[in-house]
Amino acid sequence: MRSSNCSTGARAVARIHLLGALLLILPGFTRTALAQGNDVLSIAPVAKVSAERGKVISQKLDLDVRSGFHVNSNTPEDEFLIPLKLTWNKGPLEPAEVIYPKPTRETYSFSEKPLSVFTGKFSIVTRFRVSPQAGDMGVMTGRLRYQACNNKECLPPKTLNVQFSVDVR
Amino acid sequence: MSSTPLRSLALTLPIAAALLLGSCSSSSNVEAADRANAGRKHAPDFSLKDANGTTVKLSDYKGKVVLLDFWATWCGPCKIEIPWFMEFEKTYKDRKFAVLGVSMDDDGWSVVKPYVEKNRINYRILLGNENIGSLYGGVDSLPTTFLIDRAGRIASTHVGLSTSKAGFENEIKQLLDGR
Repeated sequence: MRSSNCSTGARAVARIHLLGALLLILPGFTRTALAQGNDVLSIAPVAKVSAERGKVISQKLDLDVRSGFHVNSNTPEDEFLIPLKLTWNKGPLEPAEVIYPKPTRETYSFSEKPLSVFTGKFSIVTRFRVSPQAGDMGVMTGRLRYQACNNKECLPPKTLNVQFSVDVR
Repeated sequence: MSSTPLRSLALTLPIAAALLLGSCSSSSNVEAADRANAGRKHAPDFSLKDANGTTVKLSDYKGKVVLLDFWATWCGPCKIEIPWFMEFEKTYKDRKFAVLGVSMDDDGWSVVKPYVEKNRINYRILLGNENIGSLYGGVDSLPTTFLIDRAGRIASTHVGLSTSKAGFENEIKQLLDGR
């Protein structure tokens, strides 16, 4: 009986944990899922990092643009185009520098001049400072804004949520 | 972003969009759906502001052939069609034809006005909102253009950059001739 109660209790706790995890995940997941119909840029899961207080660490974001599409680079060379931009919210790490890859210059049927774009797989690296006063652990959250087109049409600007866990030593 | 017109349109009525526009997924580049006269649906009326703050309704244009273009300043393919539309406006305005450009820019007139001035757009530009895209079946990619006949019915829909200016012009001529 005691064993059975323990087992039931453990299952209940597990269910609560699962529910809690779902509640934590769901807002971000839902937003991403809803946007999937139009999302042409995907972000690979971001690995947890271990960081030493007082040091600088790098975190890489791996991205993939659907075949046939491009996104404007972070420097699109046209005042009206919307640049790709990664921003981080306040968290356990302090963003020091966001390093975008070198864009490619492509000509499309709708552009007289080559456009500065990203296509296919590419990565963005962020260098973070770890404050000497940083807590033991936490989560960094950020947003990636982009705007995609193919040779014939453009999709509305999108903002994707980004996050990763941090273990501070 | 969640309150932006385009996002809302894209999220709220994908099925209606598919029904009205045919396949307007990203993979569908151009969708021109000519409808026979009898099968045309009524173009929903709307009320939007132009750059001067004047309220403009589609019903104000009843009796005219209207080219209704959904566009944005950040849309490269739209840049190709805009000069065509400027020429159509100039050539056919005396035959009861009008172009209406509905900007779907989130940043509003602060970006649209400079763009209009820089490109010397000669037709009326209106600022879009969540409602108009929904009315037109969910405009989830740009450019999306509707040709509306004199009776206020949608004669054809173009999603994405049209294949040719001549094709567009032929459609306009047919509508001006009452076909």
